[in-house]
Amino acid sequence: MALLDVQDLQTYFHTEYGLVKAADKVSFHVNQGEIIGLVGESGCGKSVSILSIMRLIPSPPGETVGGKVIFEGKDLLKFEANGPQMRAIRGSKLTMIFQEPMTSLNPVLTISRQLTETLELHLDMDKHSARERAIELLRMVGVPDAARRVDDYPHQFSGGMRQRVMIAIALSCNPTIIFADEPTTAVDVTTQAQLLELMKDLVTRLDTSLVIVTHNLGVVARYAQRIYVMYAGRIIESGLSENIFNHPRHPYTVGLLNSVPKLGERHGTRKLIPIYGLPPNLINMPTTCAFLPRCTEKIGKCEKEPWPELRAVDKDHYISCYVDIKGK
Amino acid sequence: MTAYIIRRIIIGLMILILVTMLVFLLVRLLPGDPLMRYMANFSGTGQQNIMSPEQHEALLKEFGLDKPIPVQYWDWISKILRGDLGQSIGVGQPISKLIADVLPRTAYIGFLMFIVGTFGGILVGIYCALRRGTWMDNTLTTIANIGMTVPVFWLGIILIYVFAYKLGWFPMYGWVAPWDDFWKSCTYVVLPISAVALGGIAGMARLTRSCMLEVMRTDYVRTAWAKGLRERVIVIRHQLKNAMIPVVTALGGTLGMILGGSVFIETVFSIPGMGRLMVNAIFEYDYQVVQASALIFGGIIIFSNLLVDIAWGWLDPRIRFS
Amino acid sequence: MAEKPESSTPSVDAMGITAAPPRRSEWRRFSRVFFGRKLYLIGFIIVVIIFLAAIFAPLIAPYDPIKNDLPSRLQNPSTEHWLGTDQLGRDILSRIIYGTQISLIIGFSAVFSSAIIGALMGLAAAHFGGWVFAVIMRVADVLMALPAIILMMLIAGMMKGGGIWIVVFALSFGGIAPMCRMMCGMALSVKQNDYVLAGRAIGMSNWRIMLTQIFPNAFPPLIVGLTMGIGGVVLGEAGLSFLGIGVQAPTPSWGGMVMDGQRFLMTNPLISTLPGVAIMLLVFGFNMVGDGIRDAIDPRLRGVI
Repeated sequence: MALLDVQDLQTYFHTEYGLVKAADKVSFHVNQGEIIGLVGESGCGKSVSILSIMRLIPSPPGETVGGKVIFEGKDLLKFEANGPQMRAIRGSKLTMIFQEPMTSLNPVLTISRQLTETLELHLDMDKHSARERAIELLRMVGVPDAARRVDDYPHQFSGGMRQRVMIAIALSCNPTIIFADEPTTAVDVTTQAQLLELMKDLVTRLDTSLVIVTHNLGVVARYAQRIYVMYAGRIIESGLSENIFNHPRHPYTVGLLNSVPKLGERHGTRKLIPIYGLPPNLINMPTTCAFLPRCTEKIGKCEKEPWPELRAVDKDHYISCYVDIKGK
Repeated sequence: MTAYIIRRIIIGLMILILVTMLVFLLVRLLPGDPLMRYMANFSGTGQQNIMSPEQHEALLKEFGLDKPIPVQYWDWISKILRGDLGQSIGVGQPISKLIADVLPRTAYIGFLMFIVGTFGGILVGIYCALRRGTWMDNTLTTIANIGMTVPVFWLGIILIYVFAYKLGWFPMYGWVAPWDDFWKSCTYVVLPISAVALGGIAGMARLTRSCMLEVMRTDYVRTAWAKGLRERVIVIRHQLKNAMIPVVTALGGTLGMILGGSVFIETVFSIPGMGRLMVNAIFEYDYQVVQASALIFGGIIIFSNLLVDIAWGWLDPRIRFS
Repeated sequence: MAEKPESSTPSVDAMGITAAPPRRSEWRRFSRVFFGRKLYLIGFIIVVIIFLAAIFAPLIAPYDPIKNDLPSRLQNPSTEHWLGTDQLGRDILSRIIYGTQISLIIGFSAVFSSAIIGALMGLAAAHFGGWVFAVIMRVADVLMALPAIILMMLIAGMMKGGGIWIVVFALSFGGIAPMCRMMCGMALSVKQNDYVLAGRAIGMSNWRIMLTQIFPNAFPPLIVGLTMGIGGVVLGEAGLSFLGIGVQAPTPSWGGMVMDGQRFLMTNPLISTLPGVAIMLLVFGFNMVGDGIRDAIDPRLRGVI
């Protein structure tokens, strides 16, 4: 039984240009202690899916119109977005790390206040023990001189340090699942690696599940056990990490992997091939496959039939395509 | 923080000195004879040309107006530093005494207008931001938009007509000091304060509303939601302090607007305050009084801007620690 | 995985580039936002009507706004005098119509002169920095330290005469500092952008950068500031005239009319209240047009609601 089971999640945005199906029948699950990668280009709906699960979609213009998010036997979508049940889960059992460390912390509150508020709220700690715990959490995420720096303000921290604080906040109430939305995109490369290692160590140690949302294939390749690839609001391929990387089956995933260099690859052994064209505009999309205009593998059926549902092509390996690259 | 406050005080003093120069130069360099009023008094007929050139010369000497401008300025400043604001030509009294009489009145009603205007406006703005898009928000925002266009003096006249003349709820005009008869004084200040406070409320409400909406869209407020906090906690702990930073910086401007409004309101309601003193002095060409009262107004604004800067530093740690 | 032959790359059309977000002309988007909200539209209509009234005043106004007609003084509204007459028998409607001319002339000249001086000061401060910045900002601080109306009273009151150009002079003094601060702030933020750096990299001169890069980008807020400024200046003019140190009688100025009518408030309340309504309409109109332009050009507000 999965910890979190997302079924056919649909989140739409009503914009002035028309309806945007930002997440369209997204299904995935997370098991205890797993690290999951949710991969795709910007605007493919990965962040929207996560925010929908957390019920943090700004409404209007956004609206989660369908699907189920089963967590601990209850459907989160049945709860009021900011009602008591949802608030009790948010920040304690399901927590989030956001992309922008520079702006995600409140500039006028001390680090201590921002850490202790979840502890006081969800764990009923008193001020003194919450503060002690906050210092302990900062030590845990590798903030040097934590006892002193706990009273600093965010602007006195570097971007990487701020993201450590965000990780500490996410970990503070012993969460079941942490969602990390592009956690390392805004920090420099060396810090990126440190942060990812830190997150991996911590979740392994605490037996917490981690969902990393990213467009960086390198990140998921190294850390994720299972991967979901998204395109234009849908999951188009999912499977075990090594399978996706070594034997991708969907033309988009194949194209994605062909377009990025691999570390340690010798110069000249493989030519990088870009995916031509742009991701589609999500407004008023045709019912056919959204990748069709860019696809190099298309067959006649693709133009006529609607975008196919996910189908199993191997054990735990699913694609939503009429063509199966390996099978060809 | 101490260093920050000291720096602000020094800047404030510097601006105060520059304001004395500005006021002095404007009064002295603009065309117009500073003795015009005196000459009219002197002749007793309102005709200026009765005074002979010799008498004119003598008067210029008596008032020190024959000296070069910088020397005159220095004379004026050094007198002010000794607490002497000069003599009123028209009334023939020390200006410091005139101002001591009228300043408490303006300070009293100005303070009340400021409190009502800012707090009222901030509360309305927060309410509208939280209820954005509802008919109450739309109604209040529209009223605020209209409120910003109402000339203070006109509103005063309308209030007199409706609430004093037609309904008879309040006295039409005049002034009773609160330290003489508090309750009676209250009935006298209600209309003047309402007239000026409306504009203040309107401006503050618009600003607060847009600042609150801006803050609501920030990443750190999203983080706060992701923590599972209640809306009330998010608004009070995470949004208000941030939204108040630009609002507080606008307080100085609001005070200026309210002091300016009080000039009109003192005219409409016949309240003998600073504004009235200055307007009368302008009509009587009592240049020393004009100079002194403009300086007092400037001083009040500079002092309150200093308080605003300190409040700003207290609100925003990025200022405090830089 | 085999390399794809060149021929199999999809053509540009097929790649979905045509399906990028629908392009709209800037003007259509602007007018959609601007005319899309009722308040802005009402403001725009008010401004248009006021302009028409000012231009065609001699044709529309039923009476001479200045000529006294003592026998028919202090009349209530009638078919002859739609809005009644004042204490000198002058038709109030005609005076209000001619008042648009005074308000617009003073409003525009004062706003433009303060905008030119203020904008130049602001641009110079932002561009040169250093001591130029310090000096200009102190000047602005000093001008802001006096409440605008006090500063204007000081100037208009000390320059006896009360001609409208003295009023314009006084009013523009009041607008310099805010305009200077705004332009300086805008220019500083524009200056941070890479395209200014790019201009410098290709060897553009300081003035050229200022004129071709900084000014056009700081221009939209300037337009908004100008539009909003007109409302403020008209209020200032009305205030000065109300105090008796603005436009002098018999010139029909709305503020002066409110002052004149105040004595007859109990018997003929229309004399002082109607010009006040005219002031409000004008200020409201320009404020709404300014708000509308701001909303229509502020990219941060695009797509919101």
